[in-house]
Amino acid sequence: MSKGLDGTNKRGILELGAEEKKGWDEVPQGVVLNSFDGSIDNTAFLKPEDREYSEFNSYIASVASWRVIKPVYNRDICIDCQNCWVWCPDTSIISRDKQMLGIDYDHCKGCGVCVEVCPTNPKSLLMFEEATNNDDALAGWPEKKKKAKK
Amino acid sequence: MAKEFELNEMEFWDGNYAASQALRQAQVDVVAAYPITPSTPIVENYGAYQANGYVDGEFVMVESEHGAMSGCVGAAASGGRVATATSSQGFALMTEVLYQASGMRLPIVLTVVNRALASPLNVRGDHSDMYLGRDSGWINLDAFNSQEAYDLTLCAFRVGEHLDVRLPVMVHQDGFTTSHKAQNVNPLQDEVAYKFVGDYVPVDDMLDFSRPVTHGAQTEEDWHYEHKAKQHKALMDSRKVIDEVLEDFKELTGREYKRVETYMMEDAEVAIIALGSSVETSIFAAKQIREEEGLKVGVIAPRCFRPFPFDLIRDAIDMSANLKAVVCMDRSAPGGAMGALFNEVSAAAYTTKNRPLITNYIYGLGGRDFGVEEAKRIMREQKAHADAGHITTEIQQFSGVRGPRLGFFTTRRD
Repeated sequence: MSKGLDGTNKRGILELGAEEKKGWDEVPQGVVLNSFDGSIDNTAFLKPEDREYSEFNSYIASVASWRVIKPVYNRDICIDCQNCWVWCPDTSIISRDKQMLGIDYDHCKGCGVCVEVCPTNPKSLLMFEEATNNDDALAGWPEKKKKAKK
Repeated sequence: MAKEFELNEMEFWDGNYAASQALRQAQVDVVAAYPITPSTPIVENYGAYQANGYVDGEFVMVESEHGAMSGCVGAAASGGRVATATSSQGFALMTEVLYQASGMRLPIVLTVVNRALASPLNVRGDHSDMYLGRDSGWINLDAFNSQEAYDLTLCAFRVGEHLDVRLPVMVHQDGFTTSHKAQNVNPLQDEVAYKFVGDYVPVDDMLDFSRPVTHGAQTEEDWHYEHKAKQHKALMDSRKVIDEVLEDFKELTGREYKRVETYMMEDAEVAIIALGSSVETSIFAAKQIREEEGLKVGVIAPRCFRPFPFDLIRDAIDMSANLKAVVCMDRSAPGGAMGALFNEVSAAAYTTKNRPLITNYIYGLGGRDFGVEEAKRIMREQKAHADAGHITTEIQQFSGVRGPRLGFFTTRRD
């Protein structure tokens, strides 16, 4: 659903457990896994979608199958403060050039931290049941809360 | 650059000092350690070498043995030569991380000074800690005296770091009996020892920034089994490298070691199998009983406890066509089973030509002395089994324990 937000076609393409199974004679010694295929020159300066992540890098795998509630992002309210990007423990907020693009649903575990730290009124991120359609969630977005009269 | 340590051709070292000198000569990059009786002097001496400029590497004092082995795992994964020392309760606290080290294929060297496990608390020598770690995936070498503690510690680096092996190695010695008994030791000069051990070759090291790697991955039912199978094969296959390294060491020093040592087995009618310093007691007793009573006793001693030398144990048992009875000496509380050495030797012996009668003694727990007279009594008892053609006592007995006779199970073959 969110794939392509950052222009990548590799993120989360592999379901966890769907990788090719190898025999004992082919698995890497000591369970050491390469993070990248080929040269890593300049990799630190590349955006994730431009890096040559290896098959066993979690960037390639979808590791969110156990999420039961998910954050939904409302572009119309967001002020691009980057609070959610800073706080997300799974680097699952996709932001480019200080502009929030959306949620990486292949890695988001549904912890809700992004919603907690969102400062707008109403919030630009809210948690919904995993099965809820995002358009339905956006259609029913709450109104701005007025301050209680003194 | 580390200073050279002046050594005489013959030194008077206890097992702890011998082991610490070997660690110094190997020029270990990181020693992360927490001292514990009776291996404290290994760590203490090493700290002194470091403080006095005889070591270039780092010495990390940690908060526990769990931390010590964790530090070793981190340093080894980073790409350094790593070693530490421990005993008993400290070994027990390390146990979780021992499995991490072997599964991650990190060639850490651990010098273990064997001591009983509490409760009741006891600082003396038995093999409880060695047995606790026997399934941890480490190569286990066993030194019977100070010279061997020195020699095998040097060999341990060569074996573990070999590119065909890449597994951690323990070098065991008996608490106090070996660790605190000064004996004549012929050390190598620093340069010769280091040349034998060789430069460390890192594999998949985390400090190689040109190739980032993940260490310590989680694998569930779809990958874990293959990794453990590969690890087991590496451990089984390390037998060849161990043999080669011991052969190289013999060429360098004239001191010969084998994965299973045999003494007077060529014509033996009965044999005693033991580990640690009891091997020397057994050899002494066997020689005496041969001279005094004409009883043909041989001694078999696993130098390498893991990988278990199934091959060479069988060779030793078939060495003499006259071998009728074998006793396996287990210096660890068996916890509701036959002794581990007995079980493993029995399994190996089952497919030998000789298939001798095999019995089990638990002995020497918590440092209880195992003397020559008791060794000879046990040897005579084996002769009685041999003459009767069946086991005439319980299969498992206790040697040197006070109170009513204690034994378990009798034979069904007569």
